[in-house]
Amino acid sequence: MTGRTLYGKIWDSHLVKNYEDGSSLLYIDRHLVQEVSSPQAFAGLALQGRAVRRPQANVAVADHAVPTRNRANIEVGGLAQLQIARLEENAARFGIDYIPIESRHHGIVHVIGPELGFTLPGATLVCGDSHTCTHGAFGAISFGIGASECEAVLSTQCLRQTRQKVMRVWLDGALPFGLSVKDIILAVIARIGTSGGVGHAIEYAGPAVQALSMEARMTLCNMSIEAGSRVGMVAPDERTFAYLEGRAMAPKGKLWDQALEYWQTLPSDADVVFDREVRFDVSELTPFVSWGTSPEESAPIGARIPDPAAESDGVKRLRMQRSLDYMGLTPGTRLEDIGIDRVFIGSCTNGRIEDLRAAAAVIAGRRVASSVEAIVVPGSAQVRLQAEAERLDRVFLDAGFEWREAGCSMCVGMNDDRLRPGERCASTSNRNFEGRQGIGGRTHLMSPAMAAAAAIAGHLVDVRRMAGEGHA
Amino acid sequence: MTEFTRLTSIAAPFPESDIDTDVVIPARFLLLLDKAGLGQHLFHERRHDRQRQRNTSFVLDHPPFDTAKILVAGRNFGCGSSREQAVWALADFGITCVIAPSFGEIFFANCFKNGVLPIILDAELYDRVLLVAEAGAEMTVDLQTQEILLPKGTPIPFAVDPHRRRALLLGLDEIGMMLTDDGADIEAFEANHRVAAPWLFLDCDRREEVKL
Ligand code: SF4
Repeated sequence: MTGRTLYGKIWDSHLVKNYEDGSSLLYIDRHLVQEVSSPQAFAGLALQGRAVRRPQANVAVADHAVPTRNRANIEVGGLAQLQIARLEENAARFGIDYIPIESRHHGIVHVIGPELGFTLPGATLVCGDSHTCTHGAFGAISFGIGASECEAVLSTQCLRQTRQKVMRVWLDGALPFGLSVKDIILAVIARIGTSGGVGHAIEYAGPAVQALSMEARMTLCNMSIEAGSRVGMVAPDERTFAYLEGRAMAPKGKLWDQALEYWQTLPSDADVVFDREVRFDVSELTPFVSWGTSPEESAPIGARIPDPAAESDGVKRLRMQRSLDYMGLTPGTRLEDIGIDRVFIGSCTNGRIEDLRAAAAVIAGRRVASSVEAIVVPGSAQVRLQAEAERLDRVFLDAGFEWREAGCSMCVGMNDDRLRPGERCASTSNRNFEGRQGIGGRTHLMSPAMAAAAAIAGHLVDVRRMAGEGHA
Repeated sequence: MTEFTRLTSIAAPFPESDIDTDVVIPARFLLLLDKAGLGQHLFHERRHDRQRQRNTSFVLDHPPFDTAKILVAGRNFGCGSSREQAVWALADFGITCVIAPSFGEIFFANCFKNGVLPIILDAELYDRVLLVAEAGAEMTVDLQTQEILLPKGTPIPFAVDPHRRRALLLGLDEIGMMLTDDGADIEAFEANHRVAAPWLFLDCDRREEVKL
């Protein structure tokens, strides 16, 4: 028998049956439920008089709509409050654990799943949110689903799915000083394109992946959807197990030993053949930033805005032109000369403790440029508490950043934190689509260290140069 | 889901092509919590003028078509974003059958998930149906026999995937189908899975330790 991939092993162990049309029924172990995508799913259940098959397989938390400041003053009867209240009611009615926004476990679904040990290797996990691919960092098959699918999972614990092909992204080399995994993934997407992973689950592997912390692996998998892939994965290893051991919902005692033994069999077999393979050497990378309205429109910080006139493909040329018009940028401009108005450090991509540490290291002893409004929004209450224990909040506050409560915040224009029309933002989030951070807002994606550097400089800047400018 | 066997109604003619789901229901209504009530936002921009006043010239606000249960739409109806709200809004308005020369792919699939029958007809047959719709006469869509009966002339046959036809006839949504057809398989799988990977089942005592 030829070898199997990590994806193939988990798929096989969750396959309930195959249908004649080539699709399959897949068993789902875990479901994270949030406020925006779940109301209609619960309404559907209620209408049919159906129950939730395994309430304990779900955890509910509100993250997209929650305010990240003045939580006590949330507008009663406002959309956010109604959505949060509805989630809480539905959770209570169907017997699902609900994490209140005041809880010390509260946070963005994709940050708290791993923190709680709800996310486990070898599991299938879904959520009505496309960045559910984040959890694949633990060696799980994890993907975003739509409203009807949420309802299907709630009532049957299964989904009709088509098995995907598997593409391996092999990362070689050591990451240079001042760079982070965000630079890697932006460079990967710039190379393979936003549809580069369509129809494939991506497995990230190679020495550069093994060297990454769990936080960094989550950032890597999180952005898989921006490469067109619903599933991103990293094989579980000692680092994965060390992260999970002792977490609230992780197995304990004998069950832990049993699980661990199984998890060690999960990595792709040595003789396996992937449907597609791409290789990168990360040792040559420089910091990346996006300049357009698609994550693939990214370039090294030393570059200039490309000229659509030089693009031979007509469709691409139009798309580029449209991006530049929306972004208010002219071809030939040096990326480092682009001034910014706002800085957002946070989101399920870069709202974890390591991200805040990296940003704080750049900021320490410096001040945010007077023309810039900057906020830090921890991905979860746990991250916030940890950062405060390390006094990182002081570093940010002293530099002139706002220090917020956990939530999706300015990653998505669905709460109080938004860009105003025409404002330009250095953002650690994952999507630079038109209007994503607020109508008319202009987003430049980058790493936490690069966003921090931009906050200080008031324009996009190579963080490595700032680190060299020795300060106290 | 209610069963769909035979539907008799007048049909609203709206033959404009490439109506995308943003036209069917604009994005700002996606934040609403319920499926019920979405019908009032169906084709919102078409049914309101710039000042947001009701513009009763739109076919669905124009008696007798305001009570139509059938929509005769144009080519590539429901293209664009995958939002399921487009079908929910139609169904909530009372439209459970859409007849068109072609459909957006995801919209077409979403119809069956929500008890709405989309019918694709060739140009010649489509034109016959459209004429009847424009005349404000009743027609009958019979899913049992897979025919559309017009006041005059021979019945018009239409094709529908057998699996989906059965779901509509029995009033089973996709979930209902899974529960009836696959329930035993799910049960059996779950029992085995619980033995093979007990750590994935949080229903054990361990859960008590977690105070959320
Ligand atoms: S932080 Fe952004 S990408 Fe992540 S779940 Fe929230 S809105 Fe989605």
